[in-house]
Amino acid sequence: MDFIQLAISGLAQGCVYGLIALGFVLIYKATEGVNFAQGDFMMMGAFVTIWLTNAEYLGINFWLAVPIAILIMGILGYLLDMLIIRRMFGQPQIALVILTIALGFIIRFAAGAIWTHEPQLLETPFAGKEVRFLGFVLGFEEVAVIIVTLLLTLFLFLFFKKAKLGKAMQAASQNQLAAYYMGIPVKKIQSLVWALAGAVAAVAGILFASKGAVDPSTGLLGIKAFAAAVIGGFGSLPGALIGGLIIGIIEPFAAYALPAGYSQITPYLIMILVLIFRPAGLFSQMHSKKV
Amino acid sequence: MSLLSLENVTLAFGGLVAVNNVSFHVGEGEVFSLVGPNGAGKSTIFNLISRFYSPQRGDILFANNSILKLRPDQIPSLGIARTFQNIELFEQSTVLQNLLVGRQRHRKSNMFSEMFFAPFVRDEERRHRQVVEEVIDFLELQAYRDKYIAGLPYGVRKIVELARALASEPKILLLDEPASGLSLEETNDMIFWIEDIKKQMKITVLMVEHDMNLVASVSDRVLALADGRELAIGTPKQVQSHPDVIKAYLGTSTVGNIDG
Amino acid sequence: MRFVFKRSYDDDIKLFKHKMRAFYYLLLLVLMLSLPLFLDSFFLGEVTYVLIFSIAGMGLMLLTGHTGQVSLGHAAFMALGAYLNVIMLEKGVPFIISLPLAGIITGIVGAIIAFPVLRLHGIYLAIATLAISVLTEDIIVIAEPFTGGVVGLVAPQIDIFGYNIDRYSTPIAFYFLVLFITLFILLIYRNLLRAPLGRAFIAMRDSEISAQAMGVNITKTKMSAFAISCAITGLAGGLLGHFAGAFNHETFNLILSIQLLLMIVIGGLGSIHGAFFGAILVGFLPQIIAMVRDVISNSFGVSSLAIPGIEVGIFAAILVVMILFEPMGIYGRWIKIRTYFELFPFYRKNMFKRQKSYLKTERMK
Repeated sequence: MDFIQLAISGLAQGCVYGLIALGFVLIYKATEGVNFAQGDFMMMGAFVTIWLTNAEYLGINFWLAVPIAILIMGILGYLLDMLIIRRMFGQPQIALVILTIALGFIIRFAAGAIWTHEPQLLETPFAGKEVRFLGFVLGFEEVAVIIVTLLLTLFLFLFFKKAKLGKAMQAASQNQLAAYYMGIPVKKIQSLVWALAGAVAAVAGILFASKGAVDPSTGLLGIKAFAAAVIGGFGSLPGALIGGLIIGIIEPFAAYALPAGYSQITPYLIMILVLIFRPAGLFSQMHSKKV
Repeated sequence: MSLLSLENVTLAFGGLVAVNNVSFHVGEGEVFSLVGPNGAGKSTIFNLISRFYSPQRGDILFANNSILKLRPDQIPSLGIARTFQNIELFEQSTVLQNLLVGRQRHRKSNMFSEMFFAPFVRDEERRHRQVVEEVIDFLELQAYRDKYIAGLPYGVRKIVELARALASEPKILLLDEPASGLSLEETNDMIFWIEDIKKQMKITVLMVEHDMNLVASVSDRVLALADGRELAIGTPKQVQSHPDVIKAYLGTSTVGNIDG
Repeated sequence: MRFVFKRSYDDDIKLFKHKMRAFYYLLLLVLMLSLPLFLDSFFLGEVTYVLIFSIAGMGLMLLTGHTGQVSLGHAAFMALGAYLNVIMLEKGVPFIISLPLAGIITGIVGAIIAFPVLRLHGIYLAIATLAISVLTEDIIVIAEPFTGGVVGLVAPQIDIFGYNIDRYSTPIAFYFLVLFITLFILLIYRNLLRAPLGRAFIAMRDSEISAQAMGVNITKTKMSAFAISCAITGLAGGLLGHFAGAFNHETFNLILSIQLLLMIVIGGLGSIHGAFFGAILVGFLPQIIAMVRDVISNSFGVSSLAIPGIEVGIFAAILVVMILFEPMGIYGRWIKIRTYFELFPFYRKNMFKRQKSYLKTERMK
């Protein structure tokens, strides 16, 4: 009984990690850049939704607020790329890492200035409701998180595999110049990818805020999502989700079984082990240089 | 006496056999050229000698000792220096600093003596600079001495690559397409330099080159390759008129400028 | 424009390019030595803080700026230095042994950690080092018997042959101690850069394959870079421990790691100057912001303009602007300004156009 509930809440938490990791992977797949601010995107998405729907702010209906928040975050991602990231075209990968870290700081600062540093909870219509399933009592939020995440991952996976736009995004990543010559509007595509990452972050933020309080430093969760992305493989969408789930499930069980303090380090230990011992499996995107 | 020999060397990448049972011996003091169309396996042979690749079969000997047990960074210490087809210089350093990296194989000091710049480190540095300055004089790079590579034109970079290899005072010099992308005059300079390297510096040269004018001017012997196999070996004249070689360069009927 | 005529090989080897430059640095040194004469203990403390961060910055600059290995985890090595130093002091080891030894052990640990992560490039290395920083924070808490856990440790007074040095009671002596160590590290760094190992670092940064073909042992050289870098950073950590007086796991959190990297990027990657410029900015930014805030609130009558975290926000904003418009950092801008005056009126706008930023892409062609 305990076991199942622990697993389910771990799964739900893992889904949030997975969704943030999905954001990393999206941008990595399409631009070969890494967005260290993805966690802060998620936090921003949560706050935008809280701002739209909570009674103390605008108080819009939840079901209306959700698409608006996703749209706002999408536009934010698009603008971010158009105004800032795009200027980094041709610069080393690591410059983008540093840039996005700085952007993360700015987002965190902005969120703190606008919505204060008090932890806040998203008011959802399903708050506190329970689902009874085969005799188990599960939180409605947790079930919703799991279902939404699975659907979103499936959608994105199919999008990259089947849709024309998704294929164009992949092509733009693999060879920018060639894609450009083939008539793919590379710059626009990259902005769209950032918009998509923003939208995914918004979903992650909404899911996260529906089952726990957020404050501006929640974005640091992105670091755990990194671990998830690395464990799952940086170039694979389902991999990111699986990596997130692994971390999400291991965490509560480690907390249960190990003395205090040890549980927090398990995700990072796993990640470092993966980095050291299974780099070949993970680095399918990297090729050695030819001379 | 042969300085460098490949014996029945085979290397395949998956199904593609890049080097197929190739053997040759480069004698001391010789200029030995590898020619052949693109994809013939010439640069792969260089990368095999540099130990970036390991052959699946065969052996590579330098001064009669196998080098297959060595790491890539141990190769220069034998006296094997090389240049790269697509210039691999240290972009954010000056020409002088680039050439000094070429001296790396003569480094005798360790981390700690260098931290405190012990007197003998200074003596070593003076010696390195003496050799480097001689190379700079030889290749007429004085004007570019303190310039950063990032700002240099292509032709100069090509010469800096050669200079960096020479700065290591090698026994054998591996030149990967030294004249590609050079103007006619620059190519002529290269011909003189390679002759001087052979005659004055007594350095053996193994060269990959497409420009048959250059190959014919400086080479003692030429090995023609196609699809990783040996086609013909001999003097430039013999190889150029060899029927198999002409066939490999399909469409090129004259002997003048065979260009892959 | 100054033309430097070189007459001997030593002209290339010596530390200063020409006499004028040596003179400028001598002036700077005299200024630094005479600072206690006209700064009160608060500002002297600020300068000391900047110097400590300059040391840490030099440590990271060696690894990231000159060897091209990005570390997002250097706070971990600062922590190691700080804890080792204080633990040894508590065991009765004299300061003149404990601090250098803390640095050396940190260096050895750095080299050991370097070994498994050597194969990682670019962002993967950044992520792995980031994980090291996070892990260190948690390990400090777990290793309570040694580290004091969440409570942390208190750095005892420094005792050098019976002479007591403390940040608060003898700020001038503490300042000179830190200045001396800064100069010492600076000399070692400069020496390395003009010696084969330093050139091997830079060669590896610009083209690993070519460096290898020139005889640079990649594994050994990377480990040396990690060892020296971590040792320097460990020293800075030890000094920061004494500066802070008391510290715990949060003193050396991930934010500090990130801040160190951002600091050297703002300062200018690939130059020792960059480490100092970055540290000056990081050290004095809070003061500048406080001053600006005072001016604004006095002239507009706004009572409280205190926005929490504004320092970090402004710092990050400066960084974004910097990366977009001056990838070479403050030092790059400094060079341009210097060249402008040296060549006046012949400076051309695109003079530095061809110089790219230092870190190379990992994207393989």
